[in-house]
Amino acid sequence: MEAYINLFIKSVFIENMALSFFLGMCTFIAVSKKIETAVGLGIAVVIVQTLTVPANNLIYTYLLKEDALTWAGIQGVDLSFIALMACIGVIAAIVQILEMVLDRFFPALYNALGIFLPLITVNCAILAGSLFMIERDYNFKESVVYGIGSGFGWALAITAMAGVREKLKYSDVPPGLRGLGITFITAGLMALGFMAFSGIQL
Amino acid sequence: MELTDENKKVLVEPLVENNPITLQVLGICSALAVTSQLSTALIMSLALTTVTAFSSAGIAFIRNHVPSSIRIIAQMVIIASLVIVVDQLLKAFAYEISKQLSVFVGLIITNCIVMGRAEAYAMKNPPWESFLDGIGNGLGYSLILVTVAVIRELFGSGKLLGIDVFPLIKDGGWYVPNGLLLLPPSAFFLIGLIIWAVRTWKPKQVEKADFSIQPAHGVVHGEAH
Repeated sequence: MEAYINLFIKSVFIENMALSFFLGMCTFIAVSKKIETAVGLGIAVVIVQTLTVPANNLIYTYLLKEDALTWAGIQGVDLSFIALMACIGVIAAIVQILEMVLDRFFPALYNALGIFLPLITVNCAILAGSLFMIERDYNFKESVVYGIGSGFGWALAITAMAGVREKLKYSDVPPGLRGLGITFITAGLMALGFMAFSGIQL
Repeated sequence: MELTDENKKVLVEPLVENNPITLQVLGICSALAVTSQLSTALIMSLALTTVTAFSSAGIAFIRNHVPSSIRIIAQMVIIASLVIVVDQLLKAFAYEISKQLSVFVGLIITNCIVMGRAEAYAMKNPPWESFLDGIGNGLGYSLILVTVAVIRELFGSGKLLGIDVFPLIKDGGWYVPNGLLLLPPSAFFLIGLIIWAVRTWKPKQVEKADFSIQPAHGVVHGEAH
């Protein structure tokens, strides 16, 4: 149990997707102007990440890994080179299915998240979650924890960023630095803050 | 297939005038993550430029035959196949560097530059122009990547491409390395400063302020105390 809590803390703070691996930066910069939209996108990322990382874990373990097809009586097949295509396919499919399910059964949630869901397919944090899971050889339980943790870390970062930027727009920034430039420097300062978490272990 | 003026413009414009990173805000993720060393940055630039150029050309070839409702999936398949080829080539011929780049080669699939150029340019233009546009944007990305990587590696560890440039103090030299430059936050600062520099040079790119400070009346009429 302790190992899982440790993995969760690690994926939220120490290996924060946005601030220490720079993943999902495009949306991180583009959608962090208001706290409300940032929270909406953050929740959508947590949901999608929680579903896709374990799903990709199952597909990788039972279909693609070296000798993974032994259960079907096929030996010596290594399909791991196709993992990239499989991961992005699974992500696109899950996002599409999630969109339809939400539209049918939870219209209120669908209206709140609707515009963000398609954006998520091309959010590199989502694909990176699955690729890191493969690279680090997580088992199924670990992949569930890692999925929730990394999604939550990203959501936390974008919400904090939006909070800072809401105040920032009242300040008098030098012309060349206005907008994108100052946003980068703010993100750098936040990343510096998050580095204080490194080394924490339970 | 010769380079006309129009083609040259397509090729050169993304370098500064319409740079994918500093102006279009595309493809930042990998720009920040692989720049602590020049060698990884160079390989990454090469990989991304190749993928963007060939995927734009490929998508431009089929642009009139794909129904618009499934175009994203079609683009994804082309891009993902190219990325798999690049990934396998790197693993075969530059294994050490492919280990250092870890997941970031795979992440070219979701790099917004590739998708962005496919959607914005390749779907509307013929293959040769799209190919050049892909190369141009790839080079614009590479320019920023290499600039950041040179600064980070040179001042962070006193080396370039692994060769000592500034002898470090711990080896009896004179240079005290700036450790901050090897840490993730420095990449944010450097790109922020590069954007500042580019926009001071090309004031047209400056964004409008949401709120501006009104000059006080007293000051305007010279009646301030």
